[in-house]
Amino acid sequence: MDMIELRNISKSFESHKVLDDLTLHVKRGSTFVVIGRSGCGKSVLLKHIEGLLKPEAGEIFVDGKSILSMPDADMNSLRMKMGMVFQGGALFDSLTVGENVGFSLIEYSSLTKDQIHGRVEESLKLVGLSGIQELTPSELSGGMRKRVALARAICTNPDIILYDEPTTGVDPITADAINDLIRGLHDKLRVTSIVVTHDMKSAYKIADRIGMLYQGKLIAEGSPEEIQNSGNPFVHQFINGLAQGPITDDIKRTL
Amino acid sequence: MIKKAILFLGKKTASFFYFTGGINKLALEAFYLTFKPPFKEKPFIEQCRKVGVDSLPIVSMVAFFIGVILALQTAYQMQRLGSEMYIASIVAVSIVRELGPIITALVVAGRVGAAITAELGSMNVTEQIDALETLAANPVKYLVVPRFLALSIMLPLLTLYADAIGIFGGWLICVNKLSISSGMYTHITFNTLLFKDLFTGLAKTVFFGMIIAFVSCYEGFNVQGGAEGVGRATRHSVVNSFILIIAFDCFFTAFFYFIFP
Ligand SMILES: Nc1ncnc2c1ncn2[C@@H]1O[C@H](COP(=O)(O)OP(=O)(O)OP(=O)(O)O)[C@@H](O)[C@H]1O
Ligand SMILES: [Mg+2]
Repeated sequence: MDMIELRNISKSFESHKVLDDLTLHVKRGSTFVVIGRSGCGKSVLLKHIEGLLKPEAGEIFVDGKSILSMPDADMNSLRMKMGMVFQGGALFDSLTVGENVGFSLIEYSSLTKDQIHGRVEESLKLVGLSGIQELTPSELSGGMRKRVALARAICTNPDIILYDEPTTGVDPITADAINDLIRGLHDKLRVTSIVVTHDMKSAYKIADRIGMLYQGKLIAEGSPEEIQNSGNPFVHQFINGLAQGPITDDIKRTL
Repeated sequence: MIKKAILFLGKKTASFFYFTGGINKLALEAFYLTFKPPFKEKPFIEQCRKVGVDSLPIVSMVAFFIGVILALQTAYQMQRLGSEMYIASIVAVSIVRELGPIITALVVAGRVGAAITAELGSMNVTEQIDALETLAANPVKYLVVPRFLALSIMLPLLTLYADAIGIFGGWLICVNKLSISSGMYTHITFNTLLFKDLFTGLAKTVFFGMIIAFVSCYEGFNVQGGAEGVGRATRHSVVNSFILIIAFDCFFTAFFYFIFP
């Protein structure tokens, strides 16, 4: 059964077509990794699943329900079961770290201050941070901000988590800890995840399926082994990080 | 050339309707969400502090100077007519009916409105508004409602305060420089001022507050393109608030003049 399903999604900004008849299925409890070049529309893809952007054509189903025709109240209760890690963190800079991570708990739950403090500390520990609840986001380093954003997304124990480059901008040791965390949420809590990343090492480690986004479509999809041994020349160039190949040829042709 | 001019006008008209349409939509949503639970007082009180208390120094200063200037300018004319006795009543009525409300509104539009646009605008470009939505918090309820309530409640209070300071400025000049006795000045002031003057003066500031809130939030929500976009939106926010406040004031004054003379 598919937890997330995108059917023939198209999205343009002015005349620039970003997603072009894209179809994507993510099984319940699995981790889907999206790879692709910078600017190919990976973040745009994630924002569609959260309902932040609306496609011009196509349909989006989350947990079997079409989110495009959903009333606001239903969308909000669905969003309570989803977490999203933004590429830039998107922490609220008028709130402290603790208030950021515990945002949903403070707003919607009936937990006491101490209970919330405990839950927040737990989430922060999972991403390797602690004792920073009183700081404001402007007092954190870039990598710490990324991890606080991660903690905010997992704090409510969501069923679905969307990660936009969770390991970009953090040191290799922390990056591996984040990979373990994503893996752990998958193994222990059966969380459904979509992870956008450029980091192939992390992709192989966490993915059940990997899909490559290119010119608005998923041009290849498969298990990590299938992708690694893919005969597709575009995929081959991307995962091996080659400067010469069909992707760069396409760019030269359009210039 | 003519074609270009028509195109330009057409574009401007379209963007004007787009703007007013967007403001109306935001206002309706905010009104609706104001009465929808949950109600949170903390952000509202925080905004009241930012709008009201923090504006006190500048409002005091501007209102005081306006009172002094008004008294001097009126004295100049009244002395030529030999009727200095009218200075107090002219100062009182001008300030309470018009200058207090409009000056306070413009100061707050420049000070608070610009800050709101800059704040919401940077939240927008750093995806914090998107993040609010993903956390199932409605940005209008969370950001616009407390600002709109704070502005439409604090602006009348600030105006009342500005009126008092302005009249004090006038009193200072008249008593010290124009040899009108203090008792006389206060007596004339309170005798000329009608409840209607105070009421129309304060009532319109509620709307000025709403104009500032909705224009500044709307501009902040619609920022496009990084730091430069935030700068542009802040400028638009102040300019558009000024224009709408003055236009509404003109309409409101004419309405009361002709309907309830
Ligand atoms: N709000 C927007 N308005 C206009 N164009 C946009 C908007 N958001 C994204 N785009 C365009 O869509 C394209 C895809 O952007 P997106 O942010 O999804 O890239 P990405 O794949 O996430 O890249 P990166 O790996 O660098 O994060 C870009 O060309 C960008 O210019
Ligand atoms: Mg991106």
